[in-house]
Amino acid sequence: MIRCVRHAAAFCFLLLVALLVNAGRVQVVQAGSYNGNPANRRIAIARYDQPRGDILVGGARVTGSRDGGGRLRYLRTYANGPLYAPVTGFASQLYGTTLLEGTEDDVLSGQAEELASVPLWNEITRARQRGGDVHTTISAAAQQAAYRGLAGRRGAVAAVDPATGRILALVSSPSYDPALLSGTGTDTTGAWRELNADTAQPMLDRAIRQTYPPGSTFKVVTAAAALQSGEVTDLRAPTRSPDPYRLPGTTVSIGNEAGGCANASVYDAFRVSCNTVFAKLGADVGLAGMTAQAQAFGFNDTRLRIPPAVAKSNFDTAMSPDQVALSSIGQFDTTATPLQMAMVAAAVGNGGTLMTPYLVDSVTNHSGATVAGTQPRTLHRAVSGETAQKLQQLMEAVVSEGTGTNAAIPGVVVGGKTGTAQHGVDNTGTPYAWFISYAKPPGGSSASVAVAVVVEDAEADRADISGGGNAAPIARSVMQAVLAGG
Amino acid sequence: MSATSAASADAPPAAARPARRRGVELSLIVAAVLISVYGYAEVGLAKDGAVPPGAAGYGAGLGVLALLAHGAVRARAPYADPLLLPIAVLLNGFGLVLIYRLDLEPSLGGRAAPAQLIWSTLGVALFIAVVLVLRDHRGPARYAYISVTGALLLMVLPIFFPAINGAKIWVRVAGFSFQPGEFAKVLLAVFFAAYLSANRAALAYAGRRVWRLQLPTGRVLGPVVAIWLISVGVLVVERDLGTSLLFFGLFVIMLYVATGRTGWIAVGLLLAGVGAVAVGLLEPHVHSRVQDWLHPFATIDAGLGPNQIAQSLFAFADGGVLGTGLGQGQSALIGFAAKSDFILATAGEELGLVGLTALFLLYALLVARGFRSGLALRDPFGRLLAVGLASILALQVFVIAGGVMDLIPMTGMAMPFLAQGGSSVVTNWIIVALLIRVSDSARRPAPEVSAGPQEPLTPLERTR
Repeated sequence: MIRCVRHAAAFCFLLLVALLVNAGRVQVVQAGSYNGNPANRRIAIARYDQPRGDILVGGARVTGSRDGGGRLRYLRTYANGPLYAPVTGFASQLYGTTLLEGTEDDVLSGQAEELASVPLWNEITRARQRGGDVHTTISAAAQQAAYRGLAGRRGAVAAVDPATGRILALVSSPSYDPALLSGTGTDTTGAWRELNADTAQPMLDRAIRQTYPPGSTFKVVTAAAALQSGEVTDLRAPTRSPDPYRLPGTTVSIGNEAGGCANASVYDAFRVSCNTVFAKLGADVGLAGMTAQAQAFGFNDTRLRIPPAVAKSNFDTAMSPDQVALSSIGQFDTTATPLQMAMVAAAVGNGGTLMTPYLVDSVTNHSGATVAGTQPRTLHRAVSGETAQKLQQLMEAVVSEGTGTNAAIPGVVVGGKTGTAQHGVDNTGTPYAWFISYAKPPGGSSASVAVAVVVEDAEADRADISGGGNAAPIARSVMQAVLAGG
Repeated sequence: MSATSAASADAPPAAARPARRRGVELSLIVAAVLISVYGYAEVGLAKDGAVPPGAAGYGAGLGVLALLAHGAVRARAPYADPLLLPIAVLLNGFGLVLIYRLDLEPSLGGRAAPAQLIWSTLGVALFIAVVLVLRDHRGPARYAYISVTGALLLMVLPIFFPAINGAKIWVRVAGFSFQPGEFAKVLLAVFFAAYLSANRAALAYAGRRVWRLQLPTGRVLGPVVAIWLISVGVLVVERDLGTSLLFFGLFVIMLYVATGRTGWIAVGLLLAGVGAVAVGLLEPHVHSRVQDWLHPFATIDAGLGPNQIAQSLFAFADGGVLGTGLGQGQSALIGFAAKSDFILATAGEELGLVGLTALFLLYALLVARGFRSGLALRDPFGRLLAVGLASILALQVFVIAGGVMDLIPMTGMAMPFLAQGGSSVVTNWIIVALLIRVSDSARRPAPEVSAGPQEPLTPLERTR
């Protein structure tokens, strides 16, 4: 009997061993995969169990946190939600994070390792690192000027500092208040449904996530390609351009809205925006030259992060000559984000050097010490300095005596280009109005601000939609705001 | 096979006066109460940043209960094993801390700790009563058939009451609900011990020999299997699978210890296998439990979110090695039954693998002390009773801990002393009281007469 008691005891001991081995399996061996399981709400709980770090514009906090008392405790608040929504994005308990709230989430939620003052200490104590703050490059004045300028019309504005690549404004309109998406209640789900159902797409960040046919603003790229390839050497020399111009290899002809385009010089053709001249120039430069130049300005780049991902601006790499001609005046498959066109203006205004655009100036930890910063970096040498000089002459003529006079600022050298982009089946859609420009501060040799504005106003008369009429005044007020501020 | 050496290793030195070790028990009880009060205070500090106002009262209450129990042991069971009571106090005290901690989660419903404290008081009162009233551990043997009748009645009773959460294991009277099956397991252990000790010789008589197994004869198999079938049948009807698994394991262990026949194990495993397959196939409730065990994340893959087993695993994993600290885990995500069946997940998350191992070792120590008393006793009834009670604890811990950690299919059962549930706490205190009584007999210095008349020794065993 004693032997059997011992066997029974040994059996119980085996049960204990089985439990301990299994506990080791669950709590040590597989703990990592369980902790990382997307269905494990602890990830979200940890993210929201302390006030989130803030996003700052010009040293002022544009975000905040309030204690909602729920399991996902701290709710995001926004000081001026609709204005900065295209920069901050939202941080929602239910719908995740977007834009800076998403890309900088590790910093804001305190999970980034660089925030810790003593390495490994938090791992041992399980103390949670307080969230860090993200300082943006945005200029509050420029952002407000752009937002006011759009005045609720559908459209977008992007502004950059050409010398550094700092993004000064990112506005998308109509916008929304991201605070509506903080929380877990029926208010939140209702707001989400409503925002998604809205045909105006208020949550779409048009400045970096929407691409538009750039229309005539793309002629800057075509002019650059023609100058760089040597196709054009003298801006004032007449070109051999028929009006109307028959697209190579087809029976289709295109004309102009402006007069005097036949054999016009590049200078005049640019000033009054002759389609025939630039379609022919593009075709003459050829597919390889046009593609190379477009990509030097940042087209076809799928990897641009500011750090939020920027949609790819497209210039087709395989086309027939007639398609190259159409693409060279910003039609066919050519599309661009507003930020991309601001980069084009910036590269010209900066003497040909295209700086990588960025939105995060620096990251500070909870005690205010800077733990990371962004240094300006060259993205591409878009054109030579000489070409840039000539392009500046072209763009400045547009503002002084061309289609873009609405952008002129007294005492300031402004260069710009208007655009009216047709779209839709057989161009039946309402045209988009474009304006891209740069401004040099008085006495400065290179530009200190570059802007791209798109207005897609479905309500307006077709004739009213033109880059010079709708978009140029907005660009002017943004440039003025930047020049006044700095 | 050397029972001789095994027995001699267990026998105390003949001349030495056995130590009572009541002082050790007292200091361990003080430590157990202090640890519990510390846990209580830590929960408050973690959740509200302040020691909870009830901490002193909680500590005083637990301390008074423990000291009263200690006094009863000192008075009437002076030779009892000094570890049993402190472990019970620590487990019960810590269980109260865990329940109090989960009471602070509004998503888990109303407060349960006050009721649990009342039940604990009742449990300690019954513990004291058993220790005071039951002078000889062989006393219950006389009531074997009353015990089994009572056990069966208790198990049948819930059939007449409405099911709660899919299981018909509750009796609800005047606002109080309790699980009669909890009490039944003690009565069954008493009955098995009495019946098996009285019929050992007949049961051990070898029947047919199949391959290398000695099967028991049909004559003695009949009544035992009948009792077992009735109890398991009732439980399957009531859908309380954890308890039927427990009864079955208890039955096989005690039968094996009583007879020493491996044939019983074979019969037991065969019956268990047939039963498990039949129930698993026919009963949808059980079938889903098996599916959850095999694929704990199936509901996640199906887009329905994590089920309770997955939530439990997440809780354990979050604890890791050192745990989050009391009050800082998220085990409330488990939701329903977080304070009862799944309470171990809170311990695992907030105390980590280290704390969980300590808990398991406490249970192991309790079980080991039960077995040790069984080994030291000379009468078969006491021996079987000690083994049976210790096995109940061991099996119960394994079934529920294995269930919540996805080692075996989940079956609802209370973690002894830790889990919310009055019947369970009261029953466990009675089990500990019986173990105290048994260990007191085991360690008491032998009077002149060594072996009682009810000690039919097998040739393999040696008298002391």
